[in-house]
Amino acid sequence: MSASAAEPLAPARRGRRIPWAIALPLAWVTIVVFCAVTANWIGLADPAAQELILRRKPPSAEFLLGTDNLGRDMLSRIIYGARTSLIVGLCAPAFGFLIGGAIGMCAGYYRGKVDLLLVGVIDVLLAFPALVLALTFTAYLGQSLFNVTLALGILSIPAAARVSRANTLAWGNRDFVLAARTIGASNWRILTREILPNLLPPMFAFWLVAMSVVIVAEGALSFLGLGIPAPQPSWGGMIADGREALDAAPHTALIPAGVMFLTVLSLNFLGDIVRNMVDPRRSAL
Amino acid sequence: MSDLLQITDLNVEYPLGDGRRVHAVTDVTLSIKSGETLGLVGESGSGKSSLARALLQLPPPQRGSVLFDGQDLTKLRGQALRAIRPRLQMIFQDPIASLNPRRKVSEIVSEPLVVTGVGDPAERTKRVRAVLEAVGLDPDSVWNRRPHEFSGGQCQRIAIARALVLEPVMIVCDEPVSALDVSIRAQILNLLEDMKARFGLTLLFIAHDLAVVKSVSDRVAVMYLGKLCEVSESNALFAKPAHPYTAALLAAIPEPDPDVPLGDTKMKPGDPPSPLAPPSGCRFRTRCPHAVERCASEVPALRAIAPGRAVACHFPLT
Repeated sequence: MSASAAEPLAPARRGRRIPWAIALPLAWVTIVVFCAVTANWIGLADPAAQELILRRKPPSAEFLLGTDNLGRDMLSRIIYGARTSLIVGLCAPAFGFLIGGAIGMCAGYYRGKVDLLLVGVIDVLLAFPALVLALTFTAYLGQSLFNVTLALGILSIPAAARVSRANTLAWGNRDFVLAARTIGASNWRILTREILPNLLPPMFAFWLVAMSVVIVAEGALSFLGLGIPAPQPSWGGMIADGREALDAAPHTALIPAGVMFLTVLSLNFLGDIVRNMVDPRRSAL
Repeated sequence: MSDLLQITDLNVEYPLGDGRRVHAVTDVTLSIKSGETLGLVGESGSGKSSLARALLQLPPPQRGSVLFDGQDLTKLRGQALRAIRPRLQMIFQDPIASLNPRRKVSEIVSEPLVVTGVGDPAERTKRVRAVLEAVGLDPDSVWNRRPHEFSGGQCQRIAIARALVLEPVMIVCDEPVSALDVSIRAQILNLLEDMKARFGLTLLFIAHDLAVVKSVSDRVAVMYLGKLCEVSESNALFAKPAHPYTAALLAAIPEPDPDVPLGDTKMKPGDPPSPLAPPSGCRFRTRCPHAVERCASEVPALRAIAPGRAVACHFPLT
């Protein structure tokens, strides 16, 4: 058999290449997640080990990203800081979405007085100045990773509730919900089996965006000195430390700022892509 | 034949929130015999779908009773109502919207069995396969697919399978072919007829297209603005309409021959009045060519004018 005859039998290769707008953000987020997860095993310097003689060194072969005001290895601190940002970024929206999502589903499904009451509660929470609430929270309950996560989680409840309520309103009107009622399905079963599966894609898209917002908020809290307590590294805290030496050693503030910028940008890009993928106009079919 | 369903003085109203109410269905009394197909026609907004949903208590009507197999559904709540639901099923107008896009066909069709707790998984699989074959779908090829992979006609077959899997005695078909291509309509109508014969079903068949109703119904009920105009045996109604509105509807059926001159519409031009404030007396009087003063002052009752024939008009045409 000649080569040309064999060719059509070969499995058709997918000609489509992954566009840069997806590949780059995805690659960056993957790198950040990988480093944060494996931080203990990739031979990093102790992020808390101080070497005052070697303070504010610019990036070099020995210290890939230089050293900070106290002579600590910036690369190690960035990676351990990523761990902090990711824990807060993953857990806070997860907490908010669990509670907010349930509230929104109840409001959108039962409507009437339940809706009025729950939307009222959400509006009150939404009207509260976010940063003030978070500051008060950490100031009174104490600074810890858990408290910061909890505060930011509570703050993400209203947004999650609104997204889930809007989607529940739209899906709850569909005939398949009515069909489920005609077979005698309970409200719980309709909510979990009929409506929830349709809620997950838009909620996931929004979760990626919420993650980036929460990472910035954690940075802001740490920058104000009310976030993750020192010496545990966090990007916001590093920017705050580096601020003192912006003229002498700009890399101490700019590198964590740049890393945070890229991470937040990537998450936003990915969130937009996922949102487009689950666009109701396309999934309507 | 005995009455399977007896609707008495049914009223459906929707509050608008500002104190006003939409009177979707007003004082409808209607019975459906076991094993027959009752066609329910009327233009958009005449209350057909509201009536259908009120039968199923989704939501329950404001007033009136729905006697199904001797039980008043409007008096049943919770578990008692749930127990009777499998016997009274519904097929919807938009076949795509009536199927959950995130679930597989096998899950959609077996859901009624799961909810009502019928059989074990093996038994359910057997029944779902049987009912899918009955509606003309190949169980193996559709099993793991999702609704968006099917055409409208196929989706309606899936919806019919879902309604049939519980072996109901009655199915309410809410414009089951309106959203389908003309070429597919006949297939679905034939399928419904087949299923009716095979499972001994009673059908309430709602449509706004008289031609469709004519082909499937034993009896026809005509609705206008929430009230019944005429209830009659199908052939008699199409041969000689007794209510002026029925006559107007029949005159509106298009002739397939382009040389036939357009007939008189038998109706005054204009839109139906608002169901927020229906006209006094006869609701059709604002568009009726025969309306006189009595029509404005006195509500015409639905009365028998011949065996198996009732009309709500002071001056019936026959």
